[in-house]
Amino acid sequence: MSAARREALLWLASRVSAMILALCVVVHLATMIVAVRGGLTAAEILGRTRGSMVWALFYGTFVIAVAVHAPLGLRTVLGESARWPERVLDMGLLLFGILVLFTGLRAVVAVTMA
Amino acid sequence: MPTDSLAARVWRTDIAGAGAFVSYVVPRSPSQTVLEVVTYIQRRLDPTLAYRFACRVGMCGSCAMTVNGKARWTCRTHVQAVARDGVLEIAPLANLPVVRDLVTDMREFFDKWARAKGHLTPTTTRHDPLARVAPDSDKRRAVDAGIECIGCGVCYASCDVVRWNPRYLGPAALNRAWTLVNDVRDGGNRERLGAVAGDAGCHACHTQQTCTERCPKHLTPTAAIAGLKRLTALAALRGELP
Repeated sequence: MSAARREALLWLASRVSAMILALCVVVHLATMIVAVRGGLTAAEILGRTRGSMVWALFYGTFVIAVAVHAPLGLRTVLGESARWPERVLDMGLLLFGILVLFTGLRAVVAVTMA
Repeated sequence: MPTDSLAARVWRTDIAGAGAFVSYVVPRSPSQTVLEVVTYIQRRLDPTLAYRFACRVGMCGSCAMTVNGKARWTCRTHVQAVARDGVLEIAPLANLPVVRDLVTDMREFFDKWARAKGHLTPTTTRHDPLARVAPDSDKRRAVDAGIECIGCGVCYASCDVVRWNPRYLGPAALNRAWTLVNDVRDGGNRERLGAVAGDAGCHACHTQQTCTERCPKHLTPTAAIAGLKRLTALAALRGELP
């Protein structure tokens, strides 16, 4: 794949993941604010999320969007300011993305699987 | 210093290329432009001052300089609008190598226009009938929005991305590419979109819009770059980028 095509597709991935994140963050914050009105314990939260396919899908999507968006943003920042070599940068951020995906999905499994 | 005078601090370089600001006292006059201040210094105070200008009426794009920290076309910038407490600081454009004093080397700026495929790739010959382009068509309107660029370099000198990434094509070259992308007579869009994609092209833009804010012709390179981002992404999805 040419560098031009790769960059164009990465830009598209960054924008699409940003759109998903915008929606997810609003739903996440609104849910937190509404749910904890009057107090809510961790056990009560887990009682509502465990076994819920809807929350598993929602937070799974959220984590995937973060795992795509965050490394792409860091790639731009580090490429411009730290001037890391392109291959080192791409490999490092691929690993970072995998780490975010793994730890994020692990957390999703922990709070949604019974 | 009398109030009818202006303190002009002008960037001067020596033979080794090292530079420093030198102060001059210049008399004020009604509707005085920054270019007139520089011209007064060269003709009355120090004939060794090097600067560049041609038309003096905002058409040629030769006289852009950094005035009190911001890139401006000096022939159409009134001293009254930009002087701070009677002081004017005049320096060469940023992001370009200085040849001498206020003169910058514009080669890289214009080479980037060429790298962005900023030339028409004709699809007809002189023997074919003239193309008919409806003035109110969307494509013609998109061309109109960017075609009045005079190549002054103000946007390029104001762009932080150019400073961070010297390979970045810059707002003017990308704006030029966008006018050609929308030119229905042109047949070079595949190569052009390939040339303007990537981290040296439109995708490097952070949409800070300093180019749009400072363009003396009130063009919007930011919108042109956003258009290129959309088209290159679509072309990449379709596998049409070289």
